[in-house]
Amino acid sequence: MIFFEKLKPKFWDYRDVAAGPFKHLFNFRRLWALAVALTSLVALIPLISITLIDYRVTQKSVESEVLLRTARLVSNTWRPVSFFLTERRSALDFVVRDNSYNSLRDPKRLSAILENLKQGFGGFVDLGVIDSTGRQKNYAGPYKLEGIDYSNQGWFKDVINKGVNVSDVFMGFRRTPHIIIAVRYDLPNASFYVLRATIDTDRFNELLAHLEVSGQGDSFLINKDGFLQTPSRDYGKVLDRIPLRVPAFSPKTRVYEEVYPDNKQLVIGYAYIHDTPFILMIVKQKNELMKPWQKTRFQLIGFLIASIAIIVFVVLSVATYLVNRILIADQKRIMTLHEVEYSNKMASIGRLAAGVAHEINNPLAVINEKIGLIKDLFTIKDEFKGNRKLIELVDSALSSVDRCGTITKRLLNFARHLDVKIQMVNIGEVIGDVLGFLSKEAEYRSIAVSINVSGDIPQFESDRGKLQQIFLNIVNNAFAAVKDGGSIDITAKREGADLISVTFTDDGCGIPGSDLERIFEPFFSTKTKQGGTGLGLSITYSLVQELGGILVVHSEVGRGSSFIVTIPLKMEKKEKKTDEGVAGR
Amino acid sequence: MRVLLVDDEKELVSTLAERFSLRDIEADWVTTGEAAIKSVASKTYDIAVLDVKMPKISGIELKKKLEEINPVLKYIFITGHGSEEDFMTASSELSAEYYLVKPVNIDDLIQKMKEILINPDKRDSLQHPL
Repeated sequence: MIFFEKLKPKFWDYRDVAAGPFKHLFNFRRLWALAVALTSLVALIPLISITLIDYRVTQKSVESEVLLRTARLVSNTWRPVSFFLTERRSALDFVVRDNSYNSLRDPKRLSAILENLKQGFGGFVDLGVIDSTGRQKNYAGPYKLEGIDYSNQGWFKDVINKGVNVSDVFMGFRRTPHIIIAVRYDLPNASFYVLRATIDTDRFNELLAHLEVSGQGDSFLINKDGFLQTPSRDYGKVLDRIPLRVPAFSPKTRVYEEVYPDNKQLVIGYAYIHDTPFILMIVKQKNELMKPWQKTRFQLIGFLIASIAIIVFVVLSVATYLVNRILIADQKRIMTLHEVEYSNKMASIGRLAAGVAHEINNPLAVINEKIGLIKDLFTIKDEFKGNRKLIELVDSALSSVDRCGTITKRLLNFARHLDVKIQMVNIGEVIGDVLGFLSKEAEYRSIAVSINVSGDIPQFESDRGKLQQIFLNIVNNAFAAVKDGGSIDITAKREGADLISVTFTDDGCGIPGSDLERIFEPFFSTKTKQGGTGLGLSITYSLVQELGGILVVHSEVGRGSSFIVTIPLKMEKKEKKTDEGVAGR
Repeated sequence: MRVLLVDDEKELVSTLAERFSLRDIEADWVTTGEAAIKSVASKTYDIAVLDVKMPKISGIELKKKLEEINPVLKYIFITGHGSEEDFMTASSELSAEYYLVKPVNIDDLIQKMKEILINPDKRDSLQHPL
């Protein structure tokens, strides 16, 4: 709160009391708020829009890149897996075409072929020749499987129908995971036989295990029922069912996203391997894949926040500066208007004083002469010379006429010097003229006014009218500040070779320190409820400046105030101000 | 010393003239500029006391006309008017010694008249025998 008080701009608590019905036009706080709101909107909306669009575009781009990379990986992985199976199937195809049924039934020959296949291709575990009834007629391999009947096995039925079969991974008689590739060969006697090879799944596992999948990814094969054909890091061992749905068939590589109940977002790429029951799946954690995007996102959000902060700071600063300038300009304008008004008022007072003095002076002169004649008749003609009572009465009347004459002359003197002109000024006379108007008030209120003008002050060039106004304003303030019976001390003395100072000291109520800083500001008044405009001291300050001087105030609450006017003994002549014309001079 | 008093305020000039008479100063009075011109043309005066502001012919204009008739005539101006224009006009054409503001003390006026007649300005070195 204290921080805000320090930062609070000038206009924040400003209320133009003189604005009257147009008060709403001078609500600077509202003007500031409007300027800040509009400028911020104009500046921030495009920035936020562009940033949001960029955010979305970049996010989409990164997501597309992630999907594309996954699809490429699936495609690249699919190829060797497919090639591995196709190669071995083609090898078996070649074997049945290159060898007669009888030669394949020869155990030595079959063992030789198996050995060749192991050496040439790898992955082959055993070979078996099965006749059309499903009975294994010859077997070469590590197990004792000769004579086994496969007629009820699914793969056997499938190979009869399709001519070739690649089986799921299964445990079978060997109790180890393996797959079977079987090819049918039709004999000329309308019979057939089947050459079946067992393929070691370790080769698959190795192929997929060595695959580097980013984003904590997992790559494995499943069959069409969703059972793992190769071990998975995340979803279990061979022949476990994966918790993911089996993707729909597609002849091409596909990638899709899926959210699972644990709120894990997955990017899943898959490809069906043709003529096999296998589906190659690569599963990646989306949040891991999007990590580069997170960095970009933080940079974007950081940029947005920094930009908003800078824009808001600039908008606030500019709006505050401009509204402050408007306030100052407005105050200057009002100040000028008030100065013109004040000047006009003083001119009117001058004209009024001169008019009144003239109208009174003529009858006063007649009274003066008539009473003078009476006195002449009494004194010169000796008729009533001895009647002292009459002489005293006449003298009393003449004394009153003289008093009236003094007042009208003082009025005339004051009015004459309201004009703006530089002339030789006697500072003591100016102070005396000003105090002449307040002497009765001082008498009624028992205010002791002392004047002490130093004898070394020469007559000097200055604007007597302005000096009168300055002194009158300060003395009026002093009279307002002191209580009945108080005292006002006026001291004029020389300050060096070129300056004189006039100090007005009162023992009045004093001015609080907080008000003291603002006492010369236009419109600062503690008497607004008593009709004060807050311009008296401000105008006085301006007048002192116009004379090339300075006005300083010292004050202590409860002990009184001192206003010190320091003015040069020689005034720089300036061009006549235009507002003097306005004032009707 | 022969004095001509010119002021549109009849009560003022007539009374002032009577007071001068009581002091053995010969004083005539008129209330218009035209009457003053006639008086100066027909009679020789030593000094004219003129009101600055009068109807038709102002005191300043009257002075110029009277100077043509009687170049040695001396002048004192009195005024009750305090307007700045009046003061500026008077003070620019007259020195402060020739200028008094109403109401005037008769003794001050006589003193001023004597001073002017004894110490005329540089343009006129005529010494008037009092």
